[in-house]
Amino acid sequence: MIAHGYLILLFPLLAFAVNGLWLARRNGFAAGLFSILMSAASLAYAIPLALEWFAAVHGGDASAPVEAWRFTWLPLEGALKVDFSMILDPISVMMLLVIGTVALLVNVYSMGYMRHDPSRGRFFALLSLFAFSMLGLVIAGNVFQMYVFWELVGVSSYLLIGFWYEKPSAVAASKKAMIVTRFADSFFLLGIVLAAYAAGSMDFSVLNGSAIAAMSREVSLGGFHVNLLFLASLLMFLGGWGKSAMFPLHIWLPDAMEGPTPVSSIIHSATMVVAGVYLTARFFPMFAAAPGFLDLVRVVGIFTALFAAVIACTQKDIKRILAFSTLSQLGYMMFSLGAAATVLGGVNTAAYSASAFHIFTHAFFKCLLFLGAGALIHHVHANELDAMGGLWKKLPLTWISMLLACLAIAGIPPFSGFWSKDEIILAAWQSGHGLSAALALFTGFLTAFYMFRLYFLAFHGEPRGGHGEGHGRHEDPWMTVPIVILAVPTVLSGLLAKDFFHHFALPHQVLSESPVEHVAWLPATAATLGILGLFLAFVLYGRRGADAKAALSVEGRGGWYRLILNKFYIDELYLFVARRLLIGGFAGAVKWVDTNVVDAAVGATASGTLRSGALLRRLQNGNLAFYIGAFLFGILLLRILGRLPL
Amino acid sequence: MTLERCLLLAFALFAIGVYGALTRRHLVGLLISIELMLNAANINLAAFAHFRPGDATGGATFALFTIAVAACEMAAALSIVVAMYRRRRNLDLDKLRSLREPIEAEPGAGKAP
Amino acid sequence: MNLDSLLLTLVWTLPFAVVGLSLLIPKGNELWVKRLHALGSGLGVLIAAWLTYRLYGRLMVDGAPMGADLRLYAVTRIDWLPSLGISFFTGVDGLSMLLVLLTAIIVFTGVLASWNTGTQVKEFFALLQLLGAGVFGVFISFDLFTFFLFYEMEAVAMYLLIGVWGSGRREYGAMKLTLTLMLGSALVLVGILALWASSGLGTFDLTQLATVRFSPGLQAWVFPVLFVGFAVSAALFPFHTWSPDGHSAAPTAVSMLAAGVMMKLGAYGALRVAMYLCPEGARQWFPVLLYLISFNVVLGAFIAIRHKDLKFITAYSSISHLGLVLLGLAAGTYLGVKGASLQMISHGFLTGLFFAVIGMIYSRTHTRLVDTQSGLMKVMPFLGVAFVIAGFTGLGLPGLSGFVAEATIFIGAFQNPDPQVRILTVLAVLGITTTAVYVVRTANFILHGPFRVDDGHGHVMEKPETSGLTDASGVEKLALTLLIACILGMGLFPGWISRMLDTSLLPMFRALSR
Repeated sequence: MIAHGYLILLFPLLAFAVNGLWLARRNGFAAGLFSILMSAASLAYAIPLALEWFAAVHGGDASAPVEAWRFTWLPLEGALKVDFSMILDPISVMMLLVIGTVALLVNVYSMGYMRHDPSRGRFFALLSLFAFSMLGLVIAGNVFQMYVFWELVGVSSYLLIGFWYEKPSAVAASKKAMIVTRFADSFFLLGIVLAAYAAGSMDFSVLNGSAIAAMSREVSLGGFHVNLLFLASLLMFLGGWGKSAMFPLHIWLPDAMEGPTPVSSIIHSATMVVAGVYLTARFFPMFAAAPGFLDLVRVVGIFTALFAAVIACTQKDIKRILAFSTLSQLGYMMFSLGAAATVLGGVNTAAYSASAFHIFTHAFFKCLLFLGAGALIHHVHANELDAMGGLWKKLPLTWISMLLACLAIAGIPPFSGFWSKDEIILAAWQSGHGLSAALALFTGFLTAFYMFRLYFLAFHGEPRGGHGEGHGRHEDPWMTVPIVILAVPTVLSGLLAKDFFHHFALPHQVLSESPVEHVAWLPATAATLGILGLFLAFVLYGRRGADAKAALSVEGRGGWYRLILNKFYIDELYLFVARRLLIGGFAGAVKWVDTNVVDAAVGATASGTLRSGALLRRLQNGNLAFYIGAFLFGILLLRILGRLPL
Repeated sequence: MTLERCLLLAFALFAIGVYGALTRRHLVGLLISIELMLNAANINLAAFAHFRPGDATGGATFALFTIAVAACEMAAALSIVVAMYRRRRNLDLDKLRSLREPIEAEPGAGKAP
Repeated sequence: MNLDSLLLTLVWTLPFAVVGLSLLIPKGNELWVKRLHALGSGLGVLIAAWLTYRLYGRLMVDGAPMGADLRLYAVTRIDWLPSLGISFFTGVDGLSMLLVLLTAIIVFTGVLASWNTGTQVKEFFALLQLLGAGVFGVFISFDLFTFFLFYEMEAVAMYLLIGVWGSGRREYGAMKLTLTLMLGSALVLVGILALWASSGLGTFDLTQLATVRFSPGLQAWVFPVLFVGFAVSAALFPFHTWSPDGHSAAPTAVSMLAAGVMMKLGAYGALRVAMYLCPEGARQWFPVLLYLISFNVVLGAFIAIRHKDLKFITAYSSISHLGLVLLGLAAGTYLGVKGASLQMISHGFLTGLFFAVIGMIYSRTHTRLVDTQSGLMKVMPFLGVAFVIAGFTGLGLPGLSGFVAEATIFIGAFQNPDPQVRILTVLAVLGITTTAVYVVRTANFILHGPFRVDDGHGHVMEKPETSGLTDASGVEKLALTLLIACILGMGLFPGWISRMLDTSLLPMFRALSR
């Protein structure tokens, strides 16, 4: 079973090829069914494979990667070559299952969501490509392979975000996503180049093992002395920085909402954005060995978590709120990985498993939230909370599921989010990062607040327009069934999987572990803060008589509110730098020089030649006597110069 | 008679020819001047043939060839002169300039776009 | 003469045969002329592919030669002017075989892409075949005299093709292209003659000249002359301005051949002749040349962002991609040279596809400006997808050929410990973002958004249904599909190309590092 693990990837690839080349244009419905079938097959293969893997490693060192297969893809020079392989370890197996589940449910959901789109065949083809790329990314046994699929993930997200290519905002959003992640990826590639040079290998087993010692040295970089390991780690991490949309490379993610909602769902839950966290987890031993590096990861993580949570409190577009909540949760995951470095200099592996745990639980509730948001949008034909309100009657199953997911993300026990988030904060506290843990607690409070702001404004209160008039229930089974199915892991995955992550999801090849003391008051505080946030949202938006219109209006708000609403004007800053300085200024100047200096020089050479010709041809004046004179003068001249043998 | 005198004569003849060629404006005058220069060369050939010991026939043969070629040349040239006179009614060299480059059409200097 | 030699000779003589046959077709049967040329060049692809397959088998058995000498296959050798040491000497090794295959494919697809040529069809295709034959000749010649002969033949054909069948400022473009390339040729000729004269062997045979250790003083001036001479046709800064003007004037097939194959001649010559024969000169001069190359790599992409004409954008993208080839060569590490060779092949397919698609779009919308057309994906999805694939190849998407080549170049160039090379490599890697910018921008401009075409003559179309614009025809689809298949094939299975290159690059690299 394990040896044929490539089948997990092959099924979605087949769906992409068949749909993209043939089925998509013939019959969108059949394409959808085929995609569902293939993703089901992929998941159906992944589950027994996971069980077989678990049986094989159970009792031994579970974190040691099992290599399912390997072949040489590109021989480079001598021992340096690019292999493709499939490794199974706790996090990759976990991701295989998560991606398989999410991809299947999103495919089913899209059958309903994209029902009226004439080009849905293409949509299903791209969705399969997306799943294939992400599956390839998580099984990668070396960094080059990871980069290959990393880029494929990026490009499939580009194609999916810009799926409605006639809509200018979607096109702009896809461009932004592509360029921002591409910018980060170029650093990742640089990191690979550096690693290939310094370590002579690209395998994770080498980079996380023997290469650490080889790379732990100072190099001079333009006068500065930098630790090579730190440099390589930073470059690799920058790729994940962009992909996981950590501040300040987060700007593409909220705009990525322009794609169809199922795309947002899959991007935010299982593919694409967690890739950065996954990369950090994959490189964990190397990053942990680089001096001070995990502290950087921790600071970036907690800052993004807090920053995004603040912005989410003011947004009106339901998908944007969810997007910022994803940013915030990704911040948690990064933070957790970073918090593995204890203040004493050891490695607290509980933080690592907490991060993997949060990836796991987050995937389900975030997928649910987006699918539910899609159902709302589908119903009212608008993204803004202005057009919603009172929807619980119209979409009861969606309402219940969304409520469960909101409880989960807000960290209310016993829902899944509580367990993983609690583990993260606990681990950070145990590692000795008191301030960061406090900030994480505060972010948890904000999370509960903005999620329930969304919940109350969307489902409760008076209906505020939108197209979804009429009576009775308006739920499409294609869309509702996946939502309801997702409600199960949303509630239970935390409680059930807790022990698995605690005992098995540990980083391989990490030696030092620090003693862990349990802090009983932390979970209680986290839960209390979550409930407080919920309550605050209820008071402001949920109770009878709360004025939803006023709550959403920008009128009479202070400067701070506008600053936050406009996302601290970071997008504008980027636009200024990119459009004015780089494209307008630098590229314009280069083009000017190219045209007016270089090409003008070429032109000047040409016209100079012509001019000198024009001068010389005046000698051809038709006067025979002049010709004879010139001839004789020439002979004389040659004689005088001594060149003529006379 | 010495070689030097012969050479001096030939030089004088050549110089006269050059002067004539440079200054005569009539086409026939130009032809005559060219003939003078040719004959100066012939004198040189004959003189060297005469004064150089050994093979005496080479230079004379060469001179004979030159005379024959010059005669042909003159025949062709004079017929051209006659034809030209018939066409142009004019044998003034300053006016016969149809082989010159037209100056008025300046070349379009290749400018960059 | 064995079968391999026969096949190789057939590859470069076939175009002449096709041209001869096409002269027999009576006037008024243009379609048959096109069919004959398509058939002939298609046959060329098959022969080249079969030969590649045969050669691959032999190379894998033989492996790389041990020393620095080339091992040639399918050799044909006829004395031509023995007194001057000129012979007609053709053969292939792994590198040139792959380039011959590339050329055959580009010529074939070029013929298909110019299916709509209306005027003087017979002459157009005849010259196109001669151009192809010239390129074949360069890649298979191992006698520098015949090498140069073919090198020039191709330039003459190109001049006529652009000057007669071009569009826009075609005389200007043709003249600029030809004169700049002639400047390069003149330098190359000087270099070749200097090597010939000072070798003392009295031969133009490359394999024999390679055994001579030319004096450092000679190499110090011959190398830059040869390298720059060749690199002019690879659009080395500041000799690159022929490329945008030439391409924008050239008909589609000529752009494909010029950028797809002819620019590779420059890089190939720089490697095969300049670096192989003057390794010491190379080591001495590369630090200087790197400055010029860095302009190509870094600035080419930035300029592409600012241009609005599709052909200018593609021309500058070629300049930047060829800059990567030169960077790989100038890095002087084995992986750098190998990446450069991979990039030569990959870029051939990529730019062939790019120019083919642009030509096809232009023939429909009659405008090449990016801001006068949008939403073309709606009316021509096939061309749109092909354009996007070309763009993705250009920005180095894994799974497509460009990525393999670029990654190899980057890894290789970084192995050179010289800080200057390293800095340039870092800039080049970061520069892939710039490539993404112009690719995505261009795609967004012309393919996405609401449909609208303004041909610049007051004719504006806003409704896809009534525009009358059509997607690719069958012939065009065949051409594009073949190119895309090559890009995918190389991108997904780069291993065999890499192994094949190893057998011919190792000896050259040993020569370089001795």
